[in-house]
Amino acid sequence: MAIAVGSRPLQAVSRARRLKDRGFTALLWLCAGVALVPLVLIVSYVVRRGIAALDAAFFTNTALPAGLPGGGMLQAFVGSGLIMGFAILFSVPLGVLTGLYLSEFARGRVASLVRFVAEILLSTPSIVAGAFVWALVVVALGSFSALAGGIALTVLMWPIIARATEEVLRLVPDELREGALALGVPRWKVVLRIVLPTAGAGVFTAIMLAVARGLGETAPILLTSLGNDFVNTNPLAPTDAVPLRVYFYAQTPFETWKTLAWGGALMLLLAVLILSITARVLANRQLKRTA
Amino acid sequence: MRRVEVSDLSAWFGAKRVLHGVNMVAEPQKVTAIIGPSGCGKSTLIRCLNRMHEEVRGARVEGKVLFDGIDIYSPDVDPVEIRRRIGMVFQRANPFPTMSILENAVAGLKLVGRKSRAELLERAERALTAAGLWDEVKDRLHEPGARLSGGQQQRLCIARALAVEPEVLLMDEPASALDPASTLRIEELIQELKDQYTVVIVTHNMQQAARVSDWTLFLLYGEVVEFGPTSKLFTRPDDQRTEDYVTGRFG
Amino acid sequence: METEQTREYGTVPTRRHRAVADRAFRWVTLAAGLGLVVMLGLLLWVLGEGGWRAIREFGLHFLIGRDWNPVAGRESYGALPFIFGTAVTSAVAMMLAVPIGVGVALLLNEISSGWVRNPLAVLVDLLAAIPSVVYGLWGLYVLVPIFDRDVEPALESTVGRIPVVGDLFRGAGNGGDLLTAGVVLAVMILPIVTAVSREVIAIVPGDLREASLALGATRYEAVRMAVLPYARPGIVGASMLGLGRALGETIAVALVVGNQPRVGASLLQGGYTIPAVIANEFREATSVGLHRSALLFLALVLVAMALAMATVSRLLVRHTARLVGGAVEVRDEAAVTTMGMA
Repeated sequence: MAIAVGSRPLQAVSRARRLKDRGFTALLWLCAGVALVPLVLIVSYVVRRGIAALDAAFFTNTALPAGLPGGGMLQAFVGSGLIMGFAILFSVPLGVLTGLYLSEFARGRVASLVRFVAEILLSTPSIVAGAFVWALVVVALGSFSALAGGIALTVLMWPIIARATEEVLRLVPDELREGALALGVPRWKVVLRIVLPTAGAGVFTAIMLAVARGLGETAPILLTSLGNDFVNTNPLAPTDAVPLRVYFYAQTPFETWKTLAWGGALMLLLAVLILSITARVLANRQLKRTA
Repeated sequence: MRRVEVSDLSAWFGAKRVLHGVNMVAEPQKVTAIIGPSGCGKSTLIRCLNRMHEEVRGARVEGKVLFDGIDIYSPDVDPVEIRRRIGMVFQRANPFPTMSILENAVAGLKLVGRKSRAELLERAERALTAAGLWDEVKDRLHEPGARLSGGQQQRLCIARALAVEPEVLLMDEPASALDPASTLRIEELIQELKDQYTVVIVTHNMQQAARVSDWTLFLLYGEVVEFGPTSKLFTRPDDQRTEDYVTGRFG
Repeated sequence: METEQTREYGTVPTRRHRAVADRAFRWVTLAAGLGLVVMLGLLLWVLGEGGWRAIREFGLHFLIGRDWNPVAGRESYGALPFIFGTAVTSAVAMMLAVPIGVGVALLLNEISSGWVRNPLAVLVDLLAAIPSVVYGLWGLYVLVPIFDRDVEPALESTVGRIPVVGDLFRGAGNGGDLLTAGVVLAVMILPIVTAVSREVIAIVPGDLREASLALGATRYEAVRMAVLPYARPGIVGASMLGLGRALGETIAVALVVGNQPRVGASLLQGGYTIPAVIANEFREATSVGLHRSALLFLALVLVAMALAMATVSRLLVRHTARLVGGAVEVRDEAAVTTMGMA
């Protein structure tokens, strides 16, 4: 039964237009599906093959040569910790201070310059950071080192922390600052004791995101820390790291080593996903508090 | 021209109910005005008449809107077609910035199949004339629509709505963003348009409603307080609240 | 000093030591900000100074020559194969990631249900968090075998037969090639293209879309008429950002691109990219000879390319904002990914 008003039926939108509309919507959903397929595939694959690698030896032993069974990734875990330790030590204070500068004090051309520079650094490929520190620190010190690796990661993490901190601090309402200033609190205390703590979770989130990024980076530490088969605690000597080990083992023919690579990949994935998800949850809570 | 009858219409934004069982009729060749204080649901009501309300996230409608006897919310009816037959002009003029005046006027026509340039030009001239804009723009049809003044932009939007030859014209506070001279121009236009269309207009300006409309609906907190001939509502209203509102005691 | 403070803070009384602390704090933060600028300057200088010898020795040949020979005594550096490989893999990545990313962005804009929209957005963003080496490992052990066994022979026997276009799909090798690298890159840049496209589409005011719907347009027609024309420059900008990311990607590409310095028509043969060659050869690059200098100059080329992309991208996103007539705060990547979570 055709519903009609007057001479024209109310389902009169032409078939062609209807089809185009439906087709368009279907196409969009297809895009979403295609976008998600790799995510599902990668995560499931890494989990499946990585779990096979997780035994006691994986965590407690160091690397064994030529694909011998029983090797582990201990030196890589220690090394990643050492390198990230340096990276956090340098990039967090520098990044937060830069973020504070951009949010609280920056005016005019200097501010635009700093922001522009941060943006350039953010879009710089990570291998460039590695090449820079390689040419500067590795050559100067005469060897690859954990310190150089930390510096290379700092080059990447500093602008991330700075810009993210700035954004989070901007969300703190001005009324809060003005209220504190009106009470006679000096500017530096207002920023450090009131503004920063209010934005606290947000800044922490920014740091977590930067760390998540830094943990997964391979290229910059490849060129600066090189890697090592043994546990190394000397900051000035070549040091191993989880991504480096995965990269190295991935290119070998030995099954034992390939399994270790998957295990390492699983560890990286877990670390990065946990950090990202925690950061997201914290950011949501922070937003609800200041909004 | 068609008759629009609203029967027991309720509307929600998510869990919040904004219209409660509204009943109303808009007759052809008449202007029906919807008045009431801010937030009373006037815009929501008019947007239910061409199924625009449901485009908002979480919005919901219950009840009937009869377009010449057929419920537009019936599942057999296509909202896209409804919107072509029941046209709308918005509060803030929104011509498409990247289109010329001519392209704006015929934007709706281009959707419904190919037409020759001659035919598009002819329909544009008709619509722009009906909107009272033709003389002012006939020599600059290819200029961007956004270059016109506020009042001209709004008349362009009216022309755009008229070009698809609707049967009902809905106007949501069409003059509230305009200066007094342009407002007067729009009001004159409405009087001309009612000969050919069923016009429903939302306005927060009571004097405008009194000047322009034949029937008036007074809405308060989503409920119909009174609905009747304009002259009656403004001189001898049945409800005390209506009298308080039109005499300016609140709202 | 005290007068300065009084002007700033009205009638709040100040004391000298507080003023000193304030200034010290201000200077410390300024130093941090300027430190960032100095670091960038240092980076450019180190790469430039290091790469200078190579470019001085080889001049234009560096960019258009095809021979890359680090052997001492017979050194010659022509980087065209790497430039070629970088460009081709990035182009393949763009052609795959941009349509899909824009499609997802449009979908996210059109869906009204929060139950679908938020999880979908989160999942696409999670793709960005996966480390490059994990992509590389997966690409090497999952994608490469599939491409080698199934996809590439199929492509060669179907599209490979068409004249002209078919030249792109000839001579399937062992799966580690420009096409595979392009596909992996596409997945990696998808999140950034989607995120920025979403931002750009959200800028377009809703009332234009409403006006289209009120004229009796279908959803598809409303998007074509009222959203895409204004979002288009910004979407191109989003693609540029993705391109910039693809250009610089090292590890995942190095694992699947085949590492053969080659310039040729076929996508199904191995190739090499600038970041990959730097990563693979830096160990042997001593300061004797020009090898190290050549690699550093390549790094500088990479910076220039990425910088150009980022600048063009920002200009294009701003252009959309101007078209639409609103003032928009153009947010960069860190902010987008941070705040995109909220």
